[in-house]
Amino acid sequence: MSGTLVSAVINGDQTEFVCQTDESLLDVLRNRIGLTGSKEGCGTGDCGACSVLLDDRIVCSCLVLGVEIEGKAVNTVEGLADGDSLHPLQSNFIKHAALQCGICTPGFLMAGKALLDKNMNPSDEEIRFALAGNLCRCTGYDKIVRAVKATAKELRKT
Amino acid sequence: MKYQTPSTTKEAAAFIKREKGKAFVLAGGTDLMVRMKSGFIEPDLVVDIKQISAMQAIKKSATGFRIGAAVSAAEMGENTALKKAWPGVVESANLIGSDQIQNRCTIAGNLCNASPAADAVPALIAAGAKANVVGPQRRRTVAVEKIITSPGKTSLSKGEIVESITLPKRAPRSGDAYLRFIPRSEMDIAVVGAGVNLVLDNNSVVKSARVALGAVAPTPLLVPAAAKAIIGTKLNKAALTKLADACSAACSPIDDKRGTVEFRTEVAGVLARRAARIAYERAGGK
Repeated sequence: MSGTLVSAVINGDQTEFVCQTDESLLDVLRNRIGLTGSKEGCGTGDCGACSVLLDDRIVCSCLVLGVEIEGKAVNTVEGLADGDSLHPLQSNFIKHAALQCGICTPGFLMAGKALLDKNMNPSDEEIRFALAGNLCRCTGYDKIVRAVKATAKELRKT
Repeated sequence: MKYQTPSTTKEAAAFIKREKGKAFVLAGGTDLMVRMKSGFIEPDLVVDIKQISAMQAIKKSATGFRIGAAVSAAEMGENTALKKAWPGVVESANLIGSDQIQNRCTIAGNLCNASPAADAVPALIAAGAKANVVGPQRRRTVAVEKIITSPGKTSLSKGEIVESITLPKRAPRSGDAYLRFIPRSEMDIAVVGAGVNLVLDNNSVVKSARVALGAVAPTPLLVPAAAKAIIGTKLNKAALTKLADACSAACSPIDDKRGTVEFRTEVAGVLARRAARIAYERAGGK
């Protein structure tokens, strides 16, 4: 079966791929580009495990068609770290034990980044609302909120 | 599946009209993609409307606001002029889902998905919003309450697309509000929703009003009797009781895991009363 050629900027790199028109962005990222950081949880936009930034806005990649990203910029969890040095959010997730099984973590990191990109001094309530589209069945959320808060504090200093 | 990204609404309508199989409009995709994924629908054609310039912006003019069908709920929340003029409409749109959903979902999509529990729809009906519908041959303007005919069904014919939603020009001393009941604080489907929009005279007496309910009937409802109950009053206790009773009387809800018939009927009145108070305060009523 032939496909559609799509060209987009993924994690800063100009990327071209061929996909079927009914394929989700999540499937494209995982199966065509080999970026398996974004996870499929529910596949219906409820759990947020597939969260990525699409032109700097947080979206569920399971609810976006791969063909829709033509000419757009996508950022995934793979683009967070700078080489071997982790993004402050990633370091703080480790430091605060904000993960256990890890399936939800890429989504939480991207949702956390989307929040901190616009608001470097969020209240607990703002953090919880910003992360409301991400489900975690291990941590009870508290440690995730603390990790995001600590990151915000760190980023304000730099 | 064919995928098209037309640059005009007419072209989009023509694509859909020409398609012999099943054709769907893609705006934010937050309903469409779920239905595709769950196997409810298997489109032969998807027409992505996000590259149509007439659908991309919120425009303020002498006659009110025009919100393009591809404008996300998040963009509505970021528009301070719209928020100031129609806080109830914006808060209803901003109640839909998480940030991930907000960045994609649209009020035109919320309308055309035709759920009885659509959050934005009661607020739009209360606001007196109109849908600007473009078909292959002609263009027409339809009151929002005339679009949804039953759960999942609309009055749009094949090839007709909602291009934008228009909100009327705001009169001085007017205000609107939308409240919904869900068992948690975020991320749930309305058990009951109530939108109230009103205009006051210089003595804080309600001059005109519109009241609409969601999730209590097969379609979102305009409740003229509820509006009548508060017109000519300063929202005293008796008027609010009459408003609540009229709302409860208009309900014909279902029993489901989210709420019983009795609960929905009662809460419809309670929420309408509270929304009316908020709208009154926003209109500067004292």
